[in-house]
Amino acid sequence: MELKLSREQALVQKMVRDFTENEVKPIAADTDLNTEYPAENIEKLFRYGVMGMVVPKEYGGAGADDLAAALAVEELSKQCASTGDIVATHNGLCCGPILNFGTEEQKQKYLRMLTEGHKVGAFCLTEPNAGSDASKGTTTAVLDGDHYVLNGAKIFITNGYVADVFVVFAMTDPSKGTKGISAFIVESSFPGFSVGKHEVKMGLHGSPTAEIVFTDCIVPKENLLGVEGKGFNIAMNTLDGGRIGIAAQALGIAEGAMAEAMDFTKSRIQFGRPISKFQNTQFKFADMYVGIEAGRLLIYKAALTKMSGARFTLEAAVAKLHCSELAMKTTTDCVQMLGGYGYTKDYPVERMMRDAKITQIYEGTSEIQRVVISGNILR
Amino acid sequence: MKIIVCVKQVPDTSGKIAVKPDGTLDRASMQTITNPDDLNAVEAALALKDETGAEVIVVTMGPPPAEGMLREIMARGADRAVLVSGREFGGSDTYATSQILAAAIDHIGLEKDDVVFCGRQAIDGDTAQVGPQMAEKLGIPQITYAQEIHKDGDTLTVQRALEDGYMTIKVQTPCMITCIKELNEPRYMSVAGIYETYDKPMDVFDFNTLKDNPLIDLTKIGLAGSPTNILISFTPPQKGAGQMLEGAGKETCDKLAGILGEKHII
Repeated sequence: MELKLSREQALVQKMVRDFTENEVKPIAADTDLNTEYPAENIEKLFRYGVMGMVVPKEYGGAGADDLAAALAVEELSKQCASTGDIVATHNGLCCGPILNFGTEEQKQKYLRMLTEGHKVGAFCLTEPNAGSDASKGTTTAVLDGDHYVLNGAKIFITNGYVADVFVVFAMTDPSKGTKGISAFIVESSFPGFSVGKHEVKMGLHGSPTAEIVFTDCIVPKENLLGVEGKGFNIAMNTLDGGRIGIAAQALGIAEGAMAEAMDFTKSRIQFGRPISKFQNTQFKFADMYVGIEAGRLLIYKAALTKMSGARFTLEAAVAKLHCSELAMKTTTDCVQMLGGYGYTKDYPVERMMRDAKITQIYEGTSEIQRVVISGNILR
Repeated sequence: MKIIVCVKQVPDTSGKIAVKPDGTLDRASMQTITNPDDLNAVEAALALKDETGAEVIVVTMGPPPAEGMLREIMARGADRAVLVSGREFGGSDTYATSQILAAAIDHIGLEKDDVVFCGRQAIDGDTAQVGPQMAEKLGIPQITYAQEIHKDGDTLTVQRALEDGYMTIKVQTPCMITCIKELNEPRYMSVAGIYETYDKPMDVFDFNTLKDNPLIDLTKIGLAGSPTNILISFTPPQKGAGQMLEGAGKETCDKLAGILGEKHII
């Protein structure tokens, strides 16, 4: 077994690293401070083929593999977790299910929109009373001739107020529980589609989160994704893939914070020497490094398992749990190392700490990851 | 129409510099990057390709690992690459290099519509000689320090940067132009380009490929044939940390004048 990135993966890493350094880093603080969607950078990421990178060439994408996609999210998130989130959601949660479950016509139409068309994608599963218990959604879809009529509301939708294409889950038969859920591809231009409340969040200020409301929303019959009643499987399968993206985002946040703290502690003199010379600092960095390296390997394993075609639910949950917990701990430790400076907005670590928190919550909380992991190992 | 871009892999000068006993750089032991000005030349070529659909061929002379750089440039959008590589070429100075590269370009075939782009100069030698010498060998017009380029049929209108202004020159193709960083903002590799680059053609021109070319004098290539002899290469000692004064008031100016006076600079 050789642990080495492929030539293409290494070039994707290099390219996104350069892009992040030159384009993302300079605006990351303002993106956060002004709660501003980084529209220009997202447009550039479409142009360079990072948005929609996993889509095969025949549908307008770059034909990149899942590990390359994770590396891209990791690199972006080192400087701006919001940008990492927008890309991870677009690639993993919107392009992913259309690619895996769409008909040829759906793929030709929507994957091209999500790549060549520069249209942003989103994923609508969560509802006010259906978070971790995703099966309890109350959004309904009723077939009426050549179209479905959707009614209900989804919350906390990443890319909510900028996206054009949404993968939406709704009950086609409420009496069947999870077997009554179906998936649909919904365009923001469909009649009855509207964007509700824009969320004001602790972190990820550049990532646009909103409520999405369906009021007698007309969705053509041919926009049913997969078959009726299989929506819950599509959601769970998609989230498995999405979790690799969030693990990569969390890893990037941890790496970004650690790099900042290393720079700071090498030049911060207290008691006559740089604080990096104190054993407390050194041991903290050693622990962070071990956590980051372990996280990297868990992500590689999850991505490679996915690429092999095997089931990767467990691997993705392990990677996501480890990396999101690591991101929270690492960023908190880094703020501590920077002391008073770390608590100010003059340094990026307080932003990274606020951004890290969501990785323990979305695409399955850390608690849900433990449910998934224990369920898989205690069989 | 073809656009040929000459690029060079250079040591990353932000890293450690290693020198071989013969005084030349020990390139194998150093981190390398694509010479920054050459990326402006690549961008000029790709922009012209976007406009005209021309084929972009990237050419470098260097050891086999230089293929990595060529693949990266093809991932930015170049169509094919030529690696000029051979033991006989090692240690060449600018005169020898320009002969070899001129022969390589001649071997590719320079036609009426074609343009050759080079970077202004490489950060390792800083000579700015190879482009112009190559153009002389090829017998084509050259414009150095291009900061703006427009193509109109078989003529190019080029703004050539001077210290205190610029010069606008019209030139007929085929021609050679050296590019400066003010010319453009180099694009990144694209993900699609990355997944295509290893399928793009790359030719290797070795000694045997070029030895019979009329533009090359075999006694004037490589370290032995180079008219330039390097006596010594060294890393300059680091300067001490500078002193920063802040503020635009009289007090700061007085302080500055005082320091300069103390050092007998003024």
